[in-house]
Amino acid sequence: MIKFENITKIYSPEAIALKDVSFEIEKKEFISIVGKSGAGKTTLLKLFLASEKPTQGRILFNNQDICDITPEDICQHRKKIGAVFQDYKLLDSKTAYENVVYIMEVLGKSDEEILRDVPKVLDIVGLTERSHHYPNELSAGERQRTAIARALIHRPEVILADEPTGNLDPYNASDIIHLLLKINEMGTTIILATHNKEIVNSLGKRVVTLDQGKLVRDEKKGRFIL
Amino acid sequence: MITSLKRIFKLGWKSLSYDWGVTATTIFVLVLTVSLITSIFLLKGVSQFLIQKIEEKIDISVYFKDDIVENKIMEVRDELLDISDAENIQYISKDQALQDFTERHEQEEVLMQSLAEVGVNPFLASINIKATDPTEYGQIAQFLETGDFGDSIQKVDYYEKKPVIERIFNLADSFKRVGIGLSILLVFFSFLVVLNTTRLAIYNLREEIQVQRLVGASNWFIRGPFLVQGMIAGAVSALIAFVIFISGCWLLSPNVSNLFSDLNVWEYFTGNLLSIILIQLGAGIFLGLISSFIAIRKHLKV
Ligand SMILES: Nc1ncnc2c1ncn2[C@@H]1O[C@H](COP(=O)(O)OP(=O)(O)OP(=O)(O)O)[C@@H](O)[C@H]1O
Ligand SMILES: [Mg+2]
Repeated sequence: MIKFENITKIYSPEAIALKDVSFEIEKKEFISIVGKSGAGKTTLLKLFLASEKPTQGRILFNNQDICDITPEDICQHRKKIGAVFQDYKLLDSKTAYENVVYIMEVLGKSDEEILRDVPKVLDIVGLTERSHHYPNELSAGERQRTAIARALIHRPEVILADEPTGNLDPYNASDIIHLLLKINEMGTTIILATHNKEIVNSLGKRVVTLDQGKLVRDEKKGRFIL
Repeated sequence: MITSLKRIFKLGWKSLSYDWGVTATTIFVLVLTVSLITSIFLLKGVSQFLIQKIEEKIDISVYFKDDIVENKIMEVRDELLDISDAENIQYISKDQALQDFTERHEQEEVLMQSLAEVGVNPFLASINIKATDPTEYGQIAQFLETGDFGDSIQKVDYYEKKPVIERIFNLADSFKRVGIGLSILLVFFSFLVVLNTTRLAIYNLREEIQVQRLVGASNWFIRGPFLVQGMIAGAVSALIAFVIFISGCWLLSPNVSNLFSDLNVWEYFTGNLLSIILIQLGAGIFLGLISSFIAIRKHLKV
């Protein structure tokens, strides 16, 4: 469903983030991308979201080249993706609740759907009580969970989770991972970028390892090896 | 479509109330600009009124030779009525002229004495002409002097008054031109202030705009709320400016009337109420909208 073909991303001569990376992701797959800090995990996800363009190569999503699409199509493309950003990227002028609602509004969901789904998802990530606080009134973990709720709410085809457990305690972290697994079982493709060894090892799913921008390992039932 | 329009309005309204400081600043500069535009409109009215007052004071007189009979003069008057839309053509007989003079100079003994010494009535019968449009005076004077009755006319005092009339014209004209130029300049600069205030407000939200783009919001869905905010801020500013001006005119009107008689600012304001409301509302909303539109443009480029 998703195909990275010979992707190279050069920000500047000193910052070569990805070097000739090629791999394919099947529908309903749960794939972990691991690698040291600076290996290029976030860059890979950015390329897939079309917020950066590759220097070379192309990315196919459902056979459409997303490196070469109109701004109009970029919106449509992003609406199919739920993204948990490493730095959350919440809307600071909106409460946790409104942040999640915003996605539904962007997608043109009805008010009934919003009233029905948003509290449910906030409850799943354990934010019901804090949902009317602004991001700067939330702890890092709570912000992260808001970001997760926002990525799940519209049942996207693909979820990109960039270090979604980075600020969570082990209990919350394993809850979130279980949640991602459950969503994956229901048919959503999950791309998880992380350096959390335990999580990757406990998943027993496919692992792609990046090292200094190069794809060095791609294993079906992979382990976290650096 | 309708739901997203409704949502755009709601989002715009919400973010307006999110940061009161920024909203207040924007409204403040908008009120200043709308007020400036309203002042220009009012000043235009006032100066037109004053110029008109001065122009009304201009007239020319045709003096007839001593031996011309009244019937002949009446003929001339009728012809004048035919050729021009002379607003006010007044016949002043010899006797009338004498009477006017004595009334005016009753207190000045020297004048009265010399008048008595002359013995006869030294004044000439005349027709006094006030045109609706002061540019007509030249034509009228020419018509009188070159016409059939040129012989009966002693003199037309247009040529004595000509320099004054022209000077008043030029003055009014340059006043108008300077006024228009200055107005355009002032409005332009205040628009720049509004634009920059909006730009700063939106610049503060640039990261949010990037996030909105990242989650798939279309450009119109992002831009819409800002346009709504601009419109609301503009309408509110127009309302504030209206309140300021209506109370200002009401309070100042008596003072202005003392300064320039016949100039009733309050009446002018209420007489043009609809135009003023439209100008204020139009200017406020237009400025709010266009400055938001320009300011957001940069952040939506891919
Ligand atoms: N906008 C940018 N401009 C220049 N260089 C960049 C930019 N973004 C990333 N880089 C560089 O590209 C490389 C890969 O960055 P990336 O964010 O993809 O790493 P990462 O694997 O996500 O790391 P981490 O685990 O710390 O999040 C790094 O060396 C980084 O400095
Ligand atoms: Mg990263």
